[in-house]
Amino acid sequence: MSGIGQAVEGGKTRSAEKLVNNFSIQVATVNGTGSQSSNSILMRAIFEMGIPVSGKNLFPSNIYGMPTWFTIRLSERFYFARESVKEFDLLLAMNPATAMDDLAPMKPGSCVIYDEPMGLRDRRDDLVFYPVPFAKLAAEACPDTKLRRFVVNCVSVGVVARLLGIEQAACDKAVRLQFEGRVKAIELNSAAIRAGMDYAAAHLEKRDRLYVERRDLTRGMILIDGNTACALGCIFAGCTLMAWYPITPASSICERFIEYARKYRSDARTGKLTCALIQAEDELAALAIVLGAGWAGARAMTATSGPGVSLMAEGAGLGFYTEIPAVIFDVQRAGPSTGLPTRTSQQDLLKLATLSHGDTRHPILIPSNMAECFDFSVQAFDIAERIQTPVFVMLDLDLGMNPWISGPFAYPEKPMDRGKVLTERDLEKMKTFDRYRDVDGDGIPFRTLPGTRHPLAAYMTRGTSHNEKAQYTERAAEYRAMLDRIARKFETARHLVPPPIIERPAGATAAIVAYGSSRPAVEEARDRLRERHGIETAYMLIRGYPFSDDVERFLLEFPGAYVVDQNRSGQMAALLRMHFPGASAVLRPVLHYTGIAIDARTIVEQILAQEGERT
Amino acid sequence: MAKIVSGNVAGTGKGRQAGGGDPVNRLGLTARDYEGEKSTLCPGCGHEIATKQIVRALWEMSVEPYRIVKISGIGCSSRTPSFFAGRAHGFNGIHGRMPGLATGIAAANRELLPIGISGDGDTAAIGIGQFIHLIRRNVRMIYVMEDNGVYSLTKGQFSPTADIGSTLKDGSINDQEPVDCCSLAILLGCPYVARSFSGDPVQLLALLKGAIAHNGMAFVHVLSPCVTFNDHEGSTKSYKRIREAACPVHRIEFVPAEVAAKEPDRARRDGRDGTPRELHLADGSFFRLDPLEEGYDPGDRARALERIAAAARDGRLLTGLLYYEPNRLDMNRMLNLVEEPLANLPPGKTRPGREVLDEIMQTFK
Ligand SMILES: Cc1ncc(C[n+]2csc(CCOP(=O)(O)OP(=O)(O)O)c2C)c(N)n1
Ligand code: SF4
Ligand SMILES: [Mg+2]
Repeated sequence: MSGIGQAVEGGKTRSAEKLVNNFSIQVATVNGTGSQSSNSILMRAIFEMGIPVSGKNLFPSNIYGMPTWFTIRLSERFYFARESVKEFDLLLAMNPATAMDDLAPMKPGSCVIYDEPMGLRDRRDDLVFYPVPFAKLAAEACPDTKLRRFVVNCVSVGVVARLLGIEQAACDKAVRLQFEGRVKAIELNSAAIRAGMDYAAAHLEKRDRLYVERRDLTRGMILIDGNTACALGCIFAGCTLMAWYPITPASSICERFIEYARKYRSDARTGKLTCALIQAEDELAALAIVLGAGWAGARAMTATSGPGVSLMAEGAGLGFYTEIPAVIFDVQRAGPSTGLPTRTSQQDLLKLATLSHGDTRHPILIPSNMAECFDFSVQAFDIAERIQTPVFVMLDLDLGMNPWISGPFAYPEKPMDRGKVLTERDLEKMKTFDRYRDVDGDGIPFRTLPGTRHPLAAYMTRGTSHNEKAQYTERAAEYRAMLDRIARKFETARHLVPPPIIERPAGATAAIVAYGSSRPAVEEARDRLRERHGIETAYMLIRGYPFSDDVERFLLEFPGAYVVDQNRSGQMAALLRMHFPGASAVLRPVLHYTGIAIDARTIVEQILAQEGERT
Repeated sequence: MAKIVSGNVAGTGKGRQAGGGDPVNRLGLTARDYEGEKSTLCPGCGHEIATKQIVRALWEMSVEPYRIVKISGIGCSSRTPSFFAGRAHGFNGIHGRMPGLATGIAAANRELLPIGISGDGDTAAIGIGQFIHLIRRNVRMIYVMEDNGVYSLTKGQFSPTADIGSTLKDGSINDQEPVDCCSLAILLGCPYVARSFSGDPVQLLALLKGAIAHNGMAFVHVLSPCVTFNDHEGSTKSYKRIREAACPVHRIEFVPAEVAAKEPDRARRDGRDGTPRELHLADGSFFRLDPLEEGYDPGDRARALERIAAAARDGRLLTGLLYYEPNRLDMNRMLNLVEEPLANLPPGKTRPGREVLDEIMQTFK
């Protein structure tokens, strides 16, 4: 496989050579035309062929009529990042407004399927062009003029499928999954795909070198997005209250959660729910509702993105200081302010670590793939209740909203950890109860829930300074002791958040540190550095905050550690520097901040430049 | 039937402690048992008087202390939860966010009786959004807004309930239209809207007991003068001015359920002019009303708003049960929640089984 990859490198295209199951497709459409369904169908059909595949949707902050791109990468080596954001081997050009720009970066020998009236074939002489009269084919496949604009894209799927060798059965299955039992939609779209296939068979002679061949690499795997995985995690975590205010790209966590809760969290007999689903008026309220619920003993969560996180700042401090469990998902988009609301970034890390005024700190769980999105969502509730504090699960648009392949999720085997809660029966054995006393030396005090029928149970929670008995205090010693004890809880939390994944191959001369959605690009970049540039790298994938001891130890092992951040200011590097000043000198930023997910080439180029080498 | 006057011994006046000590309620608790820490409010503060009536209402209504949760925002008023129901959990949160906290608490445990305490700044300024949406959700709770027309804890700036022309101690005059939270609550469909005055403890007590008996959100607006920052000549929120302006729409008497039970099949009785004389509450108790504002009907939303506005134009402040609508769907029913409090659900009821995950995984294969 890598032989083929190398043949393409640097534009030395040998067009005779077949590219099988290792190439990228870019679909350029207009949003609001059903392209989202057709894109998923195309991707899913390739997945059905047993080939590892990933899809990335680049969509505008708009509902209708703006350009949208979807890229699909096939990779038998399970590379899921874009090799380079500008490189693809097949363009399906359905949007005249962007066609010229879309053509520009294409490598010689690549292939373009386009809507015939655009007349693209004269624009470049080094590409393979396939003009297709999509409007005419759609009209034949769909007599209903109102629905026609929605089937055009499926006709194009048929053309692509036929040219690449994607089987019709795979397409049909993908259509069935996409439209789940909606018989008319299934018939219509299957007919449209067939129309595209028939046209390609009769009129297009294969002149490109791209092939999809059946493999058996995805058996048993699932295709899912991170937000759905998190929603499922919350369902299986036993979350009993969800409050939210809609925001891209976090909304679908809550929307999927609502769907699943209605189905799987209702009483079989009465149909009543074991989970409160509350659409709040804003994020201030969403977090207040979650804190009220967590304080009263529910497992509560909310999901938001950067602007919502900013609004939650005061509430996060309240939760931290009054010691209330809460789970907050932050699906990051690109800021500042409203920024690029439909694009991805890792710009909230520093904010989450210390959100709110005062000496606040928050545990963060950082999933890097679908299984972790599910697992960490479950764990977040246990950690929140164990530590009695708001816990963030930080993902981003790339993980949250794009489809990824994964092994099926493992059922949570560990029993739920509901933390240190005293019941009426516990209190009967006690002489006193002080809400904020560190009885066990782990910094974590015991709590009681409102409604506990015992004279010792009640206490007053307050965001103002309080002593061990939860009474208001302005005494310096008591105030300090409280902050110090809470800091001790974070020592405990270090051992509860997911540990880093560390690889130290023999001969490694440099190290790469990454987190979250950078994982696939970094792993591909490491292969490339090794295979093409002879550089072996050690690797640490950070998955939780506060950092465990392993993190510092790893940093000090290597003369240089490249810290990959999808933000401009090197936020992970900054956080590492803050906690491990001794490691400051070795940290070297690798930064990417375009709103588009990071690719392997960016990482390789920045590392080579800093290693003093040329590409 | 014995006439029960507010301020009598709790309930039917039966239980008394053996040995003739302090009177006890149906739970055998004295009024003391509903008190809290020693108050740190200024002597004479309106909030202090309101707090005393809350203690009394909870005691007389024999509310189980463990069922009570006290929730507040920030302000002098929001500090008062420390001063009542010391046996109950309390949550003094952040400025303007009491409604959100209360929503979460009410959803997590439907057996609790949340009592929210807020100020005019906490509600009508920073918290106005949450106030509005709390009403829309119709959270089953009692919401007491202690209104003194200023931000007292920050030393006396105007709040949004200050009347046009009211002055501060330094002589500055308010030119902005005040927010009338009662009218707003009625407009939004809050099913129980009452207004009273710290200077009229009898009326306030009856309205608080009705709020406890009611099933849904009960908003109780208490004019509660600040003796330190807003009780001077020129202030429209002084004891003197409120006493002059307050016009009860009816003399109101609360008849508890155990007394009402002796007269079954009691229907709404209207007076000769068609105004109601009795209003029935969710727990079987009722209000007996003796109209003072002719034709004022707490069941007529549009007319109530008109009457309140018309009175305000004449410098009169209508008080009493201003609006009442039984049987409105409350949040927990809107959310279609199981009967058992969510907080008490065992893992077996909240974590679906292995087969469910398998089934879901199949849909992604
Ligand atoms: C976010 C925020 N902004 C400002 C304050 C300062 N602050 C504390 S209390 C208060 C006003 C309280 O007024 P009110 O609710 O009327 O209560 P009162 O003291 O009059 O009873 C303000 C502005 C705060 N605590 N939090
Ligand atoms: S400052 Fe005013 S509101 Fe605050 S306690 Fe004193 S009198 Fe009451
Ligand atoms: Mg005030």
